Amino acid sequence: MVKKAASRIYLALIFLFLYLPILVLIVLSFNNSKSRVVWGGFTLKWYAECFKNETITNAFVTTIQITLAAAIISTLLGTLAAIGISAMKKKNKAIMLGATNIPLLNADIVTGIAMMLLFVKFINLGFVTVLIAHITFDIPYVILNVLPKLNQANRYTYEAALDLGATPLYAFFRITWPEIKSGVFSGFLMAVTMSLDDFSITFFTKGAGVNTLSTMLYTELRKGIRPELYALSTILFLIAFLLLLVMNHRSSSEGKGAKQAI
Amino acid sequence: MRKSGRQLFAGPYLIWIIGFILLPLAMIIYYAFTTSGGTFTFENVAAIADPVHVRSILLSLKLGIICTIVCLLLAYPLAMILNGLKIKQQNFVVFIFILPMWMNFMLRILAWRLLLSNNGIVNAIFQFFGFGTVKMLNTQTAVVFGMVYDFLPFMILPIYNSMARIKNDVIEAAKDLGASDAIILFKIIIPLTLSGIISGIIMVFVPALTSFVISDLLGGGKVLLIGNVIEQEFMQGTNWNLGSGLSVVLMIFVIASMALMNIFDKDGGGTAVW
Amino acid sequence: MSKKLINFVDISKSYGNNLVLDELNLYIRENEFITLLGPSGCGKTTTLRILGGFEMPDKGQVIFDDVDITSLPPNKRNLNTVFQKYALFPHMSIAENIAFGLKINKKSKEYINDKIKYALKLVNLDGFENRSIDSLSGGQQQRIAIARAIVNEPKVLLLDEPLGALDLKLRQDMQYELIRLKNELGITFVYVTHDQEEALTMSDTIVVMNQGYIQQIGTPEMIYNEPTNAFVADFIGDSNIIDGTMIQDKVVEILGVKIPCVDEGFGNNTPVDVVIRPEDIEIVEPEKGFMEGDITSVIFKGVHYEIEIVANGFEWLVHTTLLHNVGEHVGINVIPFNIQIMNKPESEDEEAVEIDA
Repeated sequence: MVKKAASRIYLALIFLFLYLPILVLIVLSFNNSKSRVVWGGFTLKWYAECFKNETITNAFVTTIQITLAAAIISTLLGTLAAIGISAMKKKNKAIMLGATNIPLLNADIVTGIAMMLLFVKFINLGFVTVLIAHITFDIPYVILNVLPKLNQANRYTYEAALDLGATPLYAFFRITWPEIKSGVFSGFLMAVTMSLDDFSITFFTKGAGVNTLSTMLYTELRKGIRPELYALSTILFLIAFLLLLVMNHRSSSEGKGAKQAI
Repeated sequence: MRKSGRQLFAGPYLIWIIGFILLPLAMIIYYAFTTSGGTFTFENVAAIADPVHVRSILLSLKLGIICTIVCLLLAYPLAMILNGLKIKQQNFVVFIFILPMWMNFMLRILAWRLLLSNNGIVNAIFQFFGFGTVKMLNTQTAVVFGMVYDFLPFMILPIYNSMARIKNDVIEAAKDLGASDAIILFKIIIPLTLSGIISGIIMVFVPALTSFVISDLLGGGKVLLIGNVIEQEFMQGTNWNLGSGLSVVLMIFVIASMALMNIFDKDGGGTAVW
Repeated sequence: MSKKLINFVDISKSYGNNLVLDELNLYIRENEFITLLGPSGCGKTTTLRILGGFEMPDKGQVIFDDVDITSLPPNKRNLNTVFQKYALFPHMSIAENIAFGLKINKKSKEYINDKIKYALKLVNLDGFENRSIDSLSGGQQQRIAIARAIVNEPKVLLLDEPLGALDLKLRQDMQYELIRLKNELGITFVYVTHDQEEALTMSDTIVVMNQGYIQQIGTPEMIYNEPTNAFVADFIGDSNIIDGTMIQDKVVEILGVKIPCVDEGFGNNTPVDVVIRPEDIEIVEPEKGFMEGDITSVIFKGVHYEIEIVANGFEWLVHTTLLHNVGEHVGINVIPFNIQIMNKPESEDEEAVEIDA
């Protein structure tokens, strides 16, 4: 009993450590005063200013554009790559996976600088270079999610489909796709979260005109803290929370499916 | 389709690897070993021996190690408790503890700036209890706080996952053979979660070692990590060759720390990130 | 008779609304090989886990050597378990696995090394000390799990379906190994299985369980030859179980035919279950049996033929070494001694048991 109480208290303390900062942001976003400790009454004006602020809205739109484009392209490329890699011999497979691990394990700052050094030789830094950079660090997450599914998938079912007269394309969409689609989807989600959160690589590859939320916030935070940012934080936290609920729902319904299969 | 045909699907990715992973690395190595005029030199890499750079890399190592240890000490009991929760909503509870990871990195730092500033909440509490104002922002402590806050989920996840994989009957077998709770922890649970611990250490230590944003925003320019030095060479100074040289050195530190950790990881499964 | 070593007194256990054990009473004698036998969900594993200390009963006591150990944690009990899926420590070598319990008890290095050698020899794996767990086959892992348990010299060894994951041939070999081990060690084995053949081969005593109740306790011969109810008869071996009526002592009517038996004391005109083992049925000329019928299927099983005969609307299962052909019209006969009469189940629980089986 003592042990149980102690572990509950521990959970509570860590929870507090993780959520107190976020709670403070949320509370301040409704505070009708610029002070950080005095409650000046409830207001939504920071939300209104947040939506009016073009720096914020532009960065928001750019972030969504980059994130979605990078996630979609990297999911396509990554899924194809995973299919190809799964068919490779051990040695080639090891080489491809080794290269895949580079952006995962290397320091973001080095990855970002290395790409910048390449890009400035050929094109102006901007939206396209950021997009290429995001695709590059997104692909590994897609591959690492899809590859295990392909390895688990019963490869004889694909061959059986061919044996029964299916074309390779038909066999892929009817037999292989259902087995790997959950991996493709979680790879896509992970690519989205990685792109949304990235700062360092974007920072070095973005050039002057383009800003994602991360780089915009960096510039703003160096200047000082404006209350609109509290409102922005609250909105982004809510989006993350909703994403969490969706993912949690998905994984729990997947779990149920697995049990039913047994 | 025959296997050899299927391999071709990886073609576009292979081109991508060459163009956007290997070529950039070649570029940074080229810059690192040449002067601005294009002649070969070791100077940029050797510049790490400059006292300013030595100080910053030592500080990076120090804060990175502190941050990693704090994360490990916080995350391990947490993972054990989470793993021990035998409730239906277990997945949801675990998600709650890694959710902050999904909020924009920069906003998490903003939150800590608010909390730690002289007129922030923490100091308001200190003043209430009569401790007076404690300067926390723009110190190394603040940087460590921010790092721990940012990277803690990366420690929780792999440890929790490796713990969830331990079969209950193995624990029961140890009990059956007379093991006390302490023996079970040190002889069974910790060795069996070692690969998770190592993944966690790598996933926390590498970004902590190479960070420049957290030190910039919470350290107020007073905490100069190696990442900050490199960033300044590119963004404020113009010596890209020196910046590249230091980057290569940093990369060597990263590789060395991973190699060091992999010595402990006999299973070899530890570097799998997810 | 050796003394009673373990005593379960009025043990009840439920998980949520699911009653797994209902007032179970059972004693285990010193040095006996006792098997808890039953279908999954019958409560046999729960009984074993309560003995091992992994579960607390909701009610009742476990007495071990005259001491109440009901709330003693597993690490303080003088017994060891061989787990269903071996539960070997994957990060340790074989020697480290076997030494685990000994190190906890702070035995000397020499003692531990001797014990490891001795235990590996006992399970026929000499020289395997430094191999890794992954390099072993299922059967070998099972032997290591046994070795790891017995080096601690427990008074009682608990075995939870230890052979369940092995293939048939290996399982049969291991059965003889376990009997040999038990005799060499001279300790009590408490064995849990759903495999009746295992139970019959190895046990001194079998406890047949179903839905949280003990159905019958006895030697393998008793359980096989004189099942106390239809569940036991059906669960142990193949049987023909037929609704019948005891007309009077030594006469029972089944399927409209009165036949002689040896049982007495059931009263007159009492409904009963009649059990006839398939190997006890003789196939004879049509008019020489107590019943006539047609052979509907013949399957060669190696040692014998398994024959189905439909007679008086009942499908009889017959084991014989003589070949017959499908479609043959034959008579069937059973000597009175081989006809087993059992009371119909009385309580609803037992009824449920039967339907379920």
